[in-house]
Amino acid sequence: MRKVRVVIAKPGLDGHDRGAKVIARALRDAGMEVIYTGLRQTPEMIAAAALQEDADVIGLSILSGAHNHIAPRLMELLKQKGLDDVLVVIGGIIPDVDIPKLKEIGVKGIFLPGTPMQDIIQFINTHARARV
Amino acid sequence: MKTVAASGKERWQQETLEPALKKSPERAVQFTTISGRPIDRLYTAEDVDGIDYSRDINNPGEFPYTRGIHPTGYRGKLWTMRQFAGFGTPEETNARYKTLLRAGAAGLSVAFDLPTLMGRDPDHELSLGEVGKCGVNVTSLADMETLFDGIRLGDITTSMTINSPAAMIFAMYLVVAEKQGADWNKISGTIQNDILKEFIAQKEYIFPPRPSMRIITDIFGFCAKEVPKWNTISVSGYHIREAGSTALQELAFTLRDGVEYVQWGVDAGLDIDDFVPRISFFFNAHSDFFEEIAKYRAARKIWAHVMRDRFHAKSERSWKLRFHSQTAGVSLTARQPYNNVVRTALQALSAVLGGTNSLHTNSLDEALALPTAEAATLALRTQQIIAHESGVTNVVDPLGGSYFVEKLTRDMEDGTLAYFDQIDRMGGMVEAIERGFPQREIAESSYRFQQAVERREKVIVGVNDFVQEDEPPIEILYIDESAAETQLAKLERLRKSRDNDAVKRSIDELRAAARTTDNLMPRILDAVRAYATVGEMCDALRDVWGEYEETPII
Repeated sequence: MRKVRVVIAKPGLDGHDRGAKVIARALRDAGMEVIYTGLRQTPEMIAAAALQEDADVIGLSILSGAHNHIAPRLMELLKQKGLDDVLVVIGGIIPDVDIPKLKEIGVKGIFLPGTPMQDIIQFINTHARARV
Repeated sequence: MKTVAASGKERWQQETLEPALKKSPERAVQFTTISGRPIDRLYTAEDVDGIDYSRDINNPGEFPYTRGIHPTGYRGKLWTMRQFAGFGTPEETNARYKTLLRAGAAGLSVAFDLPTLMGRDPDHELSLGEVGKCGVNVTSLADMETLFDGIRLGDITTSMTINSPAAMIFAMYLVVAEKQGADWNKISGTIQNDILKEFIAQKEYIFPPRPSMRIITDIFGFCAKEVPKWNTISVSGYHIREAGSTALQELAFTLRDGVEYVQWGVDAGLDIDDFVPRISFFFNAHSDFFEEIAKYRAARKIWAHVMRDRFHAKSERSWKLRFHSQTAGVSLTARQPYNNVVRTALQALSAVLGGTNSLHTNSLDEALALPTAEAATLALRTQQIIAHESGVTNVVDPLGGSYFVEKLTRDMEDGTLAYFDQIDRMGGMVEAIERGFPQREIAESSYRFQQAVERREKVIVGVNDFVQEDEPPIEILYIDESAAETQLAKLERLRKSRDNDAVKRSIDELRAAARTTDNLMPRILDAVRAYATVGEMCDALRDVWGEYEETPII
């Protein structure tokens, strides 16, 4: 079986990448194939990376409050590219009131500060799209 | 310290400790600080053998200032309680500042939003969803005028957390002061202006390292002549620590950044004693109480030596390290947020016992959002309680002479000097950054800490132990999109109402000056006076210098 392929992306203008890097490394140590995009990615760049890397999972790290703009745009682009079976998860600072809206547009997992790495690894292993 | 007969510790271990350990073993095989530094169970006079009081510690106000730069500590003047704040529009933040000043804050500290920090106007594609979210949006002089409306810049000091576009934002502040009739020779405050730690840790850089360093030396030179009381740079360990470094790495990289700025200033032909006294520092006040106190004490000692012995600064003012501190944002938890009040109080106490010159205390809700006014007031009250009720301000450096604290201080110094050697061998901090050295060191430490948390070797109350199900949610500050709409509309009006020929002229001159070695500050001031935007000014420099892109290090 092929390894789960994860694109970890840091959208928006924010440069606080501690979380993105730690999770990238934890997923890699858990046996996944991890591609970290680096900083300041637009939704267009992230969708393109997911297509090019044949990603099963996209993990967004957002702390700045821009999730309400970035996530809907990304979900739309994924649909256009026929990538709507890619599992999208967000880690970062997301106010409670925004969580239902994000779930509604198809973000499957939202991980707030303090979430154990193990929980995230398990979530991805359970929900990443099934591969031949 | 005088050597005490080496009888103590070994004898004690055999006669008293061993039997006790047999009866009841300790809770862990090894005890470490939050940075992973092993800590012995007991420190005695033997551990500080070789430390000479007058040479290495000395009295406060005397070289090397380990015990503090002021002979009277906080008995003369308390630290400046400076709360960092900013959100939404300049109008909203202006109201918050007035609240803080009424509550007894002694100075202001401006938090800018990401578009401002990254030199982008609100109508740029990358500003989407970011305007006014993490701080206040300031696009042009008009916003700066609103931000300080009704606040006399001649009467307060202001700290501004701004780095890549520091020159532009500082120029706006100067023009507002000028319009209020305040004298540039008298106004005071601080711009963070520390680009090296952006490359190392916080990543809010625009231009490549070398032209970025040139703007900073331009500011040093300009201020030495025109704004002599302004603190031109706040060399920051805060963000290095937040990015996951250890206490030692925070100290070492920050002080080495300081050395780099001084070297660039000297190389640019500035007189060391003209600009070094205006350099200040900014450290994190993290959770490991004694390790933090040792860090601050070591910082003063190392800087004094470096300035006197490496750079041959003559003025005592160049030897004295002054620092701001802020409690550790990264230590705050989203779970059981009221616990954060206690964390912050302890962290603030460590900064005070370490002799901080000014302090920001975080609010309990900051793992969730920007703070509410109530939470921000409680954070300020925490400082006031330490200052006025705890009694710790009655005496200078109360922990001086503690075997443990003096030993830790010495270890911090040794570790820092070892990092200095390594970085010097690479050719300096700019070269070390270009190689990814500090970035890699921090990423390693950050991952190691996360693993320790995962294994519960490090306990975070309410997160990986003492967890509580069904916590009631707390009220948070929710920043909606109205700030973005307001700022966009204002920008559109500004572009119609200003003299666009004057803007274009000033921007062209700025671009041309960037190709020379002329000081850029006068050109930036002209552009600001013409109401050029942050984005327009930064774009002019992007045209000449390009943008920096890092190779990410995981």
